[in-house]
Amino acid sequence: MIKLLKSSIEWLGRWVMSITPALGRFTLYAISNFQWFFRPPVRKRLFFEQMVFMGNKSLFIVFLTSSFSGAVFAYQIYLGFTAFSVDSFVGPIVAIAVVKELAPVFTGLVVAGRCGAAMAAQIGSMKVTEQIDALEVMGVNSIQYLGVPRVFATVVTMPMLTGVFMLVANAGSWLVGVKLLGIDEAIYFAKLGDFMNLNMLVEGLIKAAVFGYLISIIGTYQGFAVKGGAEGVGKGTNMAVVWGMIIVLIMDFFLTAILAKVLG
Amino acid sequence: MSYAIEFNHLTKRFGNHTVLDDLNFNIHEGKITTILGFSGAGKSTVLKHILGIYHPTEGQVKVLGQDMEKMNEGQIREFRTNFGMVFQYAALFDSMTNFENVAFPMKEFTNYTKEEIEEKAIGLMKQVGLDEFAFHKLPSEISGGMRKRVGLARALALQPKVMLYDEPTTGLDPITTHMVDDLITSTHNHNAHLPMTSVIISHDIAATLRISDYVAFLEKGKTVVHAPVEEFRKSDHPVIKKFIELST
Repeated sequence: MIKLLKSSIEWLGRWVMSITPALGRFTLYAISNFQWFFRPPVRKRLFFEQMVFMGNKSLFIVFLTSSFSGAVFAYQIYLGFTAFSVDSFVGPIVAIAVVKELAPVFTGLVVAGRCGAAMAAQIGSMKVTEQIDALEVMGVNSIQYLGVPRVFATVVTMPMLTGVFMLVANAGSWLVGVKLLGIDEAIYFAKLGDFMNLNMLVEGLIKAAVFGYLISIIGTYQGFAVKGGAEGVGKGTNMAVVWGMIIVLIMDFFLTAILAKVLG
Repeated sequence: MSYAIEFNHLTKRFGNHTVLDDLNFNIHEGKITTILGFSGAGKSTVLKHILGIYHPTEGQVKVLGQDMEKMNEGQIREFRTNFGMVFQYAALFDSMTNFENVAFPMKEFTNYTKEEIEEKAIGLMKQVGLDEFAFHKLPSEISGGMRKRVGLARALALQPKVMLYDEPTTGLDPITTHMVDDLITSTHNHNAHLPMTSVIISHDIAATLRISDYVAFLEKGKTVVHAPVEEFRKSDHPVIKKFIELST
């Protein structure tokens, strides 16, 4: 028993020892990225390129995810609520869930899977082929050139994509609830008006921006941290996706608690 | 004779491992110097000290009379525009065309107009013998030798005072190796008015003997010999004799 306890403590100690330097490096990277955001030159072209990459090319996946999520959520709620003759609440229940939770979280998961991975892979492959060294030798700061535009573009784009998710998911819900299952349209919208408020939208969009920051800062860091060759790029990409998704889900809880206090 | 780069008792340790041990030699301005040695001799570490990427554990490195240890980050970045670097595998930005790669340093660091940049970039690509069809292709669409030419044109974009070549002929066939050697010599001579100092990190003895003015031979982080190429060729130091013997 004592032996097991001792080995468990040793394992925990080793784990803490191994994770601490990485956490330190990540923190230093995040600070550096933040500092370089305010230093010239402003790279508008790179920022817009990244916005197009994140936004435009994620739009279809977000559209697909949101339409079916809204539709299936509305259907499930209807099945449960109709037994108690409260199916008129389908609209607001779906809308609240989508706007406050589903839209930022699902969009975050989509962006982490698609863009977080791409960031790590792009920067990682530049690292292993010495392209980042080439930038540095020329006197160009690689964090400012590669990291800052990606992070800024994701922070700006995530709320936009989340907004699209909110709209399309609610459209899916309306389509299923009103057109397919026969909920009265006037009641559907009246209930929406009764239960929805602007703070819910603000909460969803703030979450989206925070998730965007976390996904991109993790994605770019994993790219810069790549070691070795193609295997290293693969590991970095994998870590970017895994940590990006985990952090979205964990932070969602804390943000919900914080924003509930702030926004009421 | 003035020196472009001075190593004054340079020592570099990583933990308990000493990579460079009291390195003490100077690189002549306007000449081609090759730093030669077996793998793990510390050649790349020397290069990273020249660029100010590594910091000496002891001693000092002066480049163009300046000690980068006394500069802040911004000054180091600005100072690095004095360097041109040709990487082992060219390290071209794969999302840009070859033309954009060459134009990149000028866009970043000069106030040239778009037309001036275009004219200078095309001039540089022609200077290194790049075929016109390759100008607007991606680096992935051209051969290794062509990529080396683009890398060289990019390195020359800001008219550097110090050109650094990291293993420029590693992995190339003999014909391309000769082409790269000729390119290094012609680039050096073409820019002799700057004057340009060329430093080559290599373990290619044949190329070294063909194109270098001076050779510094490193072994286990120490300078075994630093001498003009003819003197190096005649060296009776057992390690150098063995190196030449094994290489040929």
